[in-house]
Amino acid sequence: MQQLLVYPFMVSALEAGTIVAVVAAVAGWFMVLRRQSFAGHTLSVMSFPGASGAALAGWPLPVGYFVACAVAAVAIAGGSLRRGARDRRQESAVIGTVQVAGFALGFVFLSRYNGVLESLESLLFGSFLGITRSQVETLLGVGLGTLAFFAVAGRPLLYASVDEPLARAHGVPVRLLHVAFLLVLGLAVAATAQITGVLLVFALLVAPAAAARQVTARIGLGLALTAAIGLVVTWVGLGLAYFTDRSSGFYVTTLAFGIYLAACAGRWLARRFA
Amino acid sequence: MTQEFVRNALIGGSATALASGFVGYFLVLRAQVFAGDALSHVAFTGTLAAALAGVDLRLGLFAATVLVGVAFSALGGRVREDDAPIGVVFVWVLGLGVLFLDLFNRGAGGSNGVIASRTLFGSIFSLTAAQTEVAAVIAVGIVGGMVAIARPLLFITAAPATAAARGVRVGLLGAAFLGLLGIDAGEATQAVGALLLLGLLAAPAGAAARLTASPAVGVALSTGFALASVWIGITIAYLDSSLPPSSAIVSVAVALYAAAFLVTARR
Repeated sequence: MQQLLVYPFMVSALEAGTIVAVVAAVAGWFMVLRRQSFAGHTLSVMSFPGASGAALAGWPLPVGYFVACAVAAVAIAGGSLRRGARDRRQESAVIGTVQVAGFALGFVFLSRYNGVLESLESLLFGSFLGITRSQVETLLGVGLGTLAFFAVAGRPLLYASVDEPLARAHGVPVRLLHVAFLLVLGLAVAATAQITGVLLVFALLVAPAAAARQVTARIGLGLALTAAIGLVVTWVGLGLAYFTDRSSGFYVTTLAFGIYLAACAGRWLARRFA
Repeated sequence: MTQEFVRNALIGGSATALASGFVGYFLVLRAQVFAGDALSHVAFTGTLAAALAGVDLRLGLFAATVLVGVAFSALGGRVREDDAPIGVVFVWVLGLGVLFLDLFNRGAGGSNGVIASRTLFGSIFSLTAAQTEVAAVIAVGIVGGMVAIARPLLFITAAPATAAARGVRVGLLGAAFLGLLGIDAGEATQAVGALLLLGLLAAPAGAAARLTASPAVGVALSTGFALASVWIGITIAYLDSSLPPSSAIVSVAVALYAAAFLVTARR
């Protein structure tokens, strides 16, 4: 086990993994509560137009990620509001439309860009084992910003998510929160996807939160449990990937899915025999 | 337009557009576009599993999309309300796909890998005459199935509780619908690619749902927009060969959606 911590790249990977797991867990908990998993998935695949657009324009890669995610977040937020309220049908349609628009643009950028987008593999599956110090610092900054947003806006966001009409009647700025949440989710996803890749960012957003919500409806406990599941899944997944020389994607998603199934089974048993 | 590949693209694309425009309209009404997105990714794992097992790739493809589609509906009536279970299942299926890809690359499957990637990222300009025929037959089947279940499906979508009280088999209908979506996803991903599938499911139907509240007009508009996207997109891609055809088709669909958005936003 100590062998893991001898290499600086493994230390960076574990640090980055820890930040990612906590940030994705908190953002994911609100995402699952607001039933916006589809939006979360679409924001995570915006890495593709982001990366290919940045390559074409000669921007640094992270800039492309952040711009693509922010544009997509605003488009989704704008398209899913009807007369000031969330319209789930249109939300479903606009998210799909934004996703394919992103992919179509990404393919056009890629065909215009004559070089080789060498990082296509790491775009999909991440580059956990090649993380630099400055990447860890950027990630920490974005992570703290995300957590600060939820510390400030968490309560009204919760209210708006659970009962939108009542929250609006009480003067909660429902529309503003809707847009702000998607933007913060996009920011967190853009920072995370650079390290975990498209597959794992969504896995870490959705699975720990969905499992925790099977176990408890309480807010503090739910957030803590989500973060704990996220951490276990990330650490164990990375460790297994290191020792067995297989991709971390399979281990992390399978562990997360196993915990979700166990949580569902536990809930079912508790109902049956309670 | 007399070249065979253009004719195949027009026929195969139109077939996919008809089926996806029809299915997509109900998908939007039921706020289930995410299920379509998920199934287009599930196709990846199904194909790789079949390649590993050495069986016909299409068997794995359709088995995966139809089974997972029906499984989504079995996750309870909650699926419509709560999209997290879809996300969790689909992320795990993708994780499995990554493992299969890994096993596959380490095995001795050089030539099969090419077949797998062609099956995954089908291109509308490389459809063969035989594939076009299959696409047309499957599309007719999907449209027929949708016509058969359209009325009760509309009922359980608009008023699920009333429909259940009247004895409509809500769960069975939901499963049949997602099964048809699975067939559509399997067919479209291998013929024209996953990008085009989601584009034709979401954008034309979203535009139609914005413009009208009438289901009959909605289905007509949705399939009409999907067909127009395919025809205009293929023409553009044919004239400017540097544009990927699926990007051109999707761009037209997205533009139609944006136009519908602007028209209705003024009201």
